Amino acid sequence: MASGFPKDRSLAKETPAQSNPVESPRLSPAREIYEGARDTLPLVIGAAPFGIIFGTLSGGCGLSAAATMAMSLFVFAGSAQFIALGLVCGATAWPLIVMTTVVVNFRHLLYTATLLPFLGGLARPWQALLAFGLTDETFAVAARRYLDPKQPDLTRWYQLGSALFMYTNWNVCTLVGLAAGRHLSDVAGWGLDFAMPATFIGMVIPYLKDRPGWISVLVAGAVSIPAAALPHKLGLLVAALAGIAAGLLAETRIHRRRDPFKRKETLS
Amino acid sequence: MSTAEVCMVAGMALATFLIRYGLLPLSGRLSLPPTVERALSYSAPAVLTAIIVPTVLMPDGKEMVLSLSNSYLVGAVATAGVGWLTRNLLATIVLGMAAFLCWQWVVKNLLMF
Repeated sequence: MASGFPKDRSLAKETPAQSNPVESPRLSPAREIYEGARDTLPLVIGAAPFGIIFGTLSGGCGLSAAATMAMSLFVFAGSAQFIALGLVCGATAWPLIVMTTVVVNFRHLLYTATLLPFLGGLARPWQALLAFGLTDETFAVAARRYLDPKQPDLTRWYQLGSALFMYTNWNVCTLVGLAAGRHLSDVAGWGLDFAMPATFIGMVIPYLKDRPGWISVLVAGAVSIPAAALPHKLGLLVAALAGIAAGLLAETRIHRRRDPFKRKETLS
Repeated sequence: MSTAEVCMVAGMALATFLIRYGLLPLSGRLSLPPTVERALSYSAPAVLTAIIVPTVLMPDGKEMVLSLSNSYLVGAVATAGVGWLTRNLLATIVLGMAAFLCWQWVVKNLLMF
C-alpha cells in the first residue's frame, strides 16, 4: 500500500483528464461512476430488504415517518439506524442513542484510516462527500479499486458511483417500507433481516485467502459472543479490534519465520 | 418530528459524519506507520464478522442458540458454503437468502423443535 501521498492539494485541483496523460488509457468519470454502481449491485440487493424492514418497523416503535426518513437521508448508516430504532422502542433518551451510534459507527474510523492514503490528496468537498457515503458496502467495493494499481486516479468517481447507488437504494427502500408499514404489519416476522448477515458473509469470504485472514476472522467471531454482553454495543468494537490485532500478529509471526530476504515481497 | 427526534437524528447524523470524515483533514500532516496500515487491512473482515456472528448465533440478542431450529445459523452456514464455492457475491446473497427462507419455513411448518 502506498504510504506516501501528495502533501499539497495541487493534484486534487487538476481536472481528471489532465492527470497522468501518459499512463494506460483511463476511464472517464461517467464510466467510473457506472462501474462503481455496477460493482455495488449485489450489495444493493442485499441492503434493499434491510431498508424496507427499517421503514416498516419504525412506526411500531413510535418513530415518526419524518424522523425515519430523515435518519436514512442524513445519517445513512444501516446498522446504527436499526440499533437506534430498537432503543427508541425501549424509550431510551436521545443522548444515549447518539452515544450508542458513536460506538456502533466507530468502525468507520478504521475505514477512513484505510483509505487515508487515497482520499488524503482530494479537495475538501470531495472528502466530505465520500466520507458521508462511506458505508461498509461502499468501503468494501472501493478499497479494492484503490488497491488496484491500474486505476488509482479516478477511483474517487468510482467510489462516488458506489455510494450514490447505495444511498438512493437505501432511501427509496426506507420510503417503500414506510408506505408499506401500515399494510404489512407482520413483515418483521418474514425473516428478511437475514439479508444483512447474508450480505456481510459474502463480503468476508474474499478476505479468507491466507492464514492471517482466517485467524483475524475467527478471533473476531469468537470474541464477539462473550463481548455481546458489554453495554452500549461496545462488544462490536472490542471484537473487531481483537480480530485486527490477531490478524496482524499472525502475519508478523509468519513473516518472521520466513527468509528475511523474501520478507519485502511477501509484505507487499 | 418532535424536538427529541430532531435532536436524535441531528446527533446521529453529526456523530456518524464526524467519525467517517474525522481523520481526513490530518492526512496532509500524518502518514500512517506501516504496521498500522497492515493492521487496517484486517478492518473490514474483522468488523463484518463481529457484526455477523452475534446476529446469527443469538437471533434474539440475548442467548446463544446452537441448534437446527436456529434458521439464522443454518442460513449462515449455507450462505458461507455458497460463497466459498461460487466466489460470486450476488449468488451468495440470493442463494443464501433462499436457503434461509426455506429452512425457516421447514422449522415453522414441518419440524417440531
